[in-house]
Amino acid sequence: MAERKLFKGNEAVAEAAVRAGCRFFFGYPITPQNEIPEYMSRRLPEVGGVFLQAESEIAAINMVYGAAGAGGRVMTSSSSPGISLKQEGISYIAGAELPCLIVNMVRGGPGLGGIQAAQSDYFQAVKGGGHGDYHCIVYTPSSVQEMVDLTMQAFDVAERYRMPVMILGDAVLGQMMEPVVLPDPRPTDAASAGWATTGARDGRAPRLINSIYLKPDELFQHNLKLQARFEQAKAAEVRYEAVNTDDADVVLVAYGTTSRVCRSAMDRARAAGVRVGLVRPITVSPFPYQAIADVARTARALLTVEMSLGQMVEDVRLAVCGAAPVHFYGTTGGIVPTASAIAEEARKIAMAEVGK
Amino acid sequence: MKQVYAVPKSLQPQATHYCPGCTHGIAHKLVAETIDELGVRDRAIGVAPVGCAVFAYDYFDCDFQQAAHGRAPAVATGIRRVVPDAVVFTYQGDGDLASIGAAEIIHAAMRGERISVIFINNAVYGMTGGQMAPTTLVGQKTTTSPAGRELGHAGSPIRIAEMLATIPGAAYVARVSLSSPANVARAKKAIRKAFDTQLSGAGFSLVECLSTCPTNWGMAPIEAMEWLEKNMIPYYPLGEFRTPEGGASNG
Ligand SMILES: Cc1ncc(C[n+]2csc(CCOP(=O)(O)OP(=O)(O)O)c2C)c(N)n1
Ligand code: SF4
Ligand SMILES: [Mg+2]
Repeated sequence: MAERKLFKGNEAVAEAAVRAGCRFFFGYPITPQNEIPEYMSRRLPEVGGVFLQAESEIAAINMVYGAAGAGGRVMTSSSSPGISLKQEGISYIAGAELPCLIVNMVRGGPGLGGIQAAQSDYFQAVKGGGHGDYHCIVYTPSSVQEMVDLTMQAFDVAERYRMPVMILGDAVLGQMMEPVVLPDPRPTDAASAGWATTGARDGRAPRLINSIYLKPDELFQHNLKLQARFEQAKAAEVRYEAVNTDDADVVLVAYGTTSRVCRSAMDRARAAGVRVGLVRPITVSPFPYQAIADVARTARALLTVEMSLGQMVEDVRLAVCGAAPVHFYGTTGGIVPTASAIAEEARKIAMAEVGK
Repeated sequence: MKQVYAVPKSLQPQATHYCPGCTHGIAHKLVAETIDELGVRDRAIGVAPVGCAVFAYDYFDCDFQQAAHGRAPAVATGIRRVVPDAVVFTYQGDGDLASIGAAEIIHAAMRGERISVIFINNAVYGMTGGQMAPTTLVGQKTTTSPAGRELGHAGSPIRIAEMLATIPGAAYVARVSLSSPANVARAKKAIRKAFDTQLSGAGFSLVECLSTCPTNWGMAPIEAMEWLEKNMIPYYPLGEFRTPEGGASNG
């Protein structure tokens, strides 16, 4: 039976991963996600799994590569500076078509930055991060329950498309406590049975996990194959939530923690007679371009809100493609925007647009 | 008639891309013979490095993963934890293992990771065209030390076997040379011991193989062998630096 429990975001991700059949975790400590490895170090041995604290994020992601290549259901987690270190490995994982889950509980940057919540790793998560022609599938949960649900789903999606999947959270989501319904544990299926390097037993041909294609035409074909798979994901995996967009003059676009604040801002604005709606991407890669293009046809303006100085707003502009003005409101460095500031911003935009 | 030699079954019967006289081929053969002797081809999983041996998987007839530069011990760790009964080995050059991958090899040894590491020390970065490696000898000319490696500028060459032998998790650590029939026979014994160490569960094992890179050294194959014996062996003494029984022997 599914059970309802109070969970901290980081621990909820960890428990959901175990219930999704994840049996291998490799990581390196960094705030604000330490509860994930700490939880896994207790929990995985209970279910016959392996938790290993690696010597660095570089080692951790390469352990993920080896484990995924050997057919293990595997994950790692970190926060911004550590995710930067993992980028080479993520590129190799994408190139070698390996499934895995990477959790980034984003903190402010650049450099060592701070340890409070931020959304300034959007470009890195969505536009590649590592070198080469590849994409990850990136989920942006906005509640502890959604972190559980998306974590459960992430492994299946990673295995279906044989690509790395990222959960892009932030320090607030990782630390907040909310009641969640935990799904029943699922057995790990053998999605990797046809390709994993487990030893060429029973006379089967040797297998290879790699990402090197020195002949240009072969690398071209390989990249086309990766791209085609991402196109399938674009067609099937885009997720978003649209609230009050039908009659909205101003549509807010925000994900994760910011989308929670935007929801309150929307309610405030509506209470004051300003028709505000919200589009909340749940996947930012693939990005819900169509949903945003659709609201741009009816809304007078869009307002993208981020805990960054403007990253997702570039995708919003691409989606809108000039059909409506796209405004931006952002805070950074660990500052969460307030609902009143966003509502006020939306009100000003609505006034200006209606006055036109 | 008695057959005195056959290509090991764990090698695929095909020509390699290695330069004439390169010792990578010898090292491959010794590893493949060991896998054959132990009868573990069907549970062997190799990890190829970034370096001249990047295509090792084309030559070995067993499962393989190709790792990012220096990260083979981490990749091998991931494999080892998922497939507990696999026989896992990495094959790494000196740039790969002793420079960019120094942290990964130390910590794999520290964990006593049950993997066997074949470490090819040819004193240069072969694949990228002969640049200075952490193992390049003082005074040795390379494309990035054109006047010879300078001690005060680049420091002294790293002795990996001696360093790893200080780590308790490293159950078997030896240095061999691929430079003469007698040395190759000793190298074979060491590689066999490394795999035996893994199979016995004793911990991490590494065999450092002094190797030649005739192409980037600018020498004929025989001249390269002689250079290795005359210059590398004095700085990199051969022998076992750590054994599961606790012994060490030089010579
Ligand atoms: C991250 C990264 N840095 C640099 C390189 C370029 N590179 C390829 S092979 C190599 C050196 C390999 O030398 P070594 O490990 O000694 O192997 P050898 O070719 O001598 O056998 C380098 C630096 C790379 N592929 N990846
Ligand atoms: S470049 Fe050197 S190490 Fe590489 S194959 Fe040629 S001889 Fe061997
Ligand atoms: Mg080398």
